[in-house]
Amino acid sequence: MLGPIIETLIGGLLTGILYSLVALGFVLIFKASGVFNFAQGAMVLFAALTLARLSEAMPFAVAFALSVLIMIALAYAIEFLVLRRLVHQEGIILFMATLGVTYFLEGAGQAVWGSDIYAIRLGLPQNPIFILDSVFPGGLLIDPAELVAAVICAAMVVALAVFFQVTRVGRALRAVADDHQAAQSVGIPLDRIWVMVWAVAGIVALVAGMIWGAKLGVQFSLSLVALKALPVLILGGFTSIPGAVVGGLIIGAGEKLAEVLLAPVLIRWFDLAGGGIENWFAYVLALAFLLVRPQGLFGEKIIERI
Amino acid sequence: MLYREVGQFKTSYAADQAIFPILQDRWFVLLVIAAAFLVVPLFADQYLYTEVLIPVLILSLAAIGLNVLTGYCGQVSLGTGGFMAVGAYAAYNLALRLPDSNLIVVFLFGGAMATLVGLLFGLPSLRIKGFYLAVATLAAQFFLEWAFARVKWFTNYAPSGSVAVGRMELFGVAIDTPARRYLLVLSMVVLLAFAATNLVRGRIGRMWMAMRDMDIAAEIIGIRPLQAKLSAFAVSSFYIGVAGALWGFVRLGSWEPLAFDINRSFQVLFMVIIGGLGSILGSFLGAAFIVLTPIFLNQLPNALGISLSTAAISHIEFMLFGALIVFFLIVEPRGLARLWAIVKEKLRLWPFPY
Repeated sequence: MLGPIIETLIGGLLTGILYSLVALGFVLIFKASGVFNFAQGAMVLFAALTLARLSEAMPFAVAFALSVLIMIALAYAIEFLVLRRLVHQEGIILFMATLGVTYFLEGAGQAVWGSDIYAIRLGLPQNPIFILDSVFPGGLLIDPAELVAAVICAAMVVALAVFFQVTRVGRALRAVADDHQAAQSVGIPLDRIWVMVWAVAGIVALVAGMIWGAKLGVQFSLSLVALKALPVLILGGFTSIPGAVVGGLIIGAGEKLAEVLLAPVLIRWFDLAGGGIENWFAYVLALAFLLVRPQGLFGEKIIERI
Repeated sequence: MLYREVGQFKTSYAADQAIFPILQDRWFVLLVIAAAFLVVPLFADQYLYTEVLIPVLILSLAAIGLNVLTGYCGQVSLGTGGFMAVGAYAAYNLALRLPDSNLIVVFLFGGAMATLVGLLFGLPSLRIKGFYLAVATLAAQFFLEWAFARVKWFTNYAPSGSVAVGRMELFGVAIDTPARRYLLVLSMVVLLAFAATNLVRGRIGRMWMAMRDMDIAAEIIGIRPLQAKLSAFAVSSFYIGVAGALWGFVRLGSWEPLAFDINRSFQVLFMVIIGGLGSILGSFLGAAFIVLTPIFLNQLPNALGISLSTAAISHIEFMLFGALIVFFLIVEPRGLARLWAIVKEKLRLWPFPY
């Protein structure tokens, strides 16, 4: 009995890492500009579509580099056409604007690149491997593609941490995140920082889209991954990069375990037509958590003044 | 010249507290309502009723509900679709299990059940705020959607998972033609909209607005957050629930949970923002805008003589819709209601420059 549960747990943790990757993009933008960027999911879809279609025509490395450039151009366009014109608006207005951007990107991505299911081939090993078969009967089944994804994600987080802590630009980003006005007054150009942070979020979206796309195929439903990243965000705190990672792990493991352990119980008690509690379990878990710690796991303590 | 309040003296408390203090406003509203009841049925055809008028009216009601919560009390909610589903399924179950119930009672029951569920999901708002709350209300959306898809009792063990309402009758009159459906919806929406207008300008509405503007300051001057926030959730959910029941019974006739998915929540939120936060009139304008724009965009390629595949049309529709939302937010973040207010300001001075 223990073997399958541990297997589910590991599968959940690996999926959770992918959630973290999407959540990271949210956190970056929220930290630097206070914008709740709902378009992150659409950016993942758009980036994955771009990469998938470009790599059909050219070597993968070139396609990837070109996709990075396109995401940077997109970041610039969003800053120039949308954000710049909405400075000093309330958070909800900016949130709605990113919803508009979401619709636009979803439409544009499919209008330009087509709306079929496309494949991204990373050349990852496909066959599942067994480990620890001396400890558990039958061993544990692990998908190596997810393992590779986990490694890429970990590398991404380390790279971002280094970028934020060591480089000059990273310091500027942290300063802006801390206090917009103070940062501006010591000469940090806010608009350029925003372009930069959207570009970084775009590249994170590209990596997330690449891995999700390799796993599931690139299609419209990829943009729904954003909805899975939101509970990760409130669990980890909107402003914390480690929070996004840890939150993703908790949500990923929690929802897979719930589907295996809790769903059968619910079906028996309430006479349900099937389980599928994955869709809401993450949210309820995060909500229950918020009631105890309203700022999330690693969020900054909320101090209110009059 | 036409629109000014000069010479309109308020000589009694009743006049001072009138819902439309300016004579011209009063006449305008009366005229619009009279036209909606008497003139529209003279020329409207079935398409206009089922695709334009009825959806706009029902979604306006939902938008009023969300506006109470988000526009007046400042609590962003993304669970509107879920609460509409509660209204629709509660009404369905009452009509199913007590077949003799009056149709109005059925709709109000839908609202009442949505109120209870709304109160439950409103409880976290006492502890969490802002976008954390917005994401938390998504929990309501996904949980309710799931519950109505999976718990068989709600759908009366229908194998397909979709439910259908039978013949509708009100005071012995069968509600079977589009015109009768329209009049039923119109009367409910007019009454509920008046109730909402009165509610938000009274004591309770001011309590909500104080909460919205600064909750801690409101608490310090003696407004109880528990009462203020939960009453906003209750009233809002009631309106949304009635709208959901109307949507299921009058607009759709038969439906499955997908009719109330998260896109419905976003649609209503768009209406509130585009129409204007904190404005009942804005809810109507926003609903009209959001319902009519896709219809218009859909007809556009035909009108221009361009032939495109259906998929391409729907993608371009998405793009234009998104771009329009952004455009409107940039031009007037305070919504269509604000544009209307500006027009009225200008009208007061017209034809003089100042």
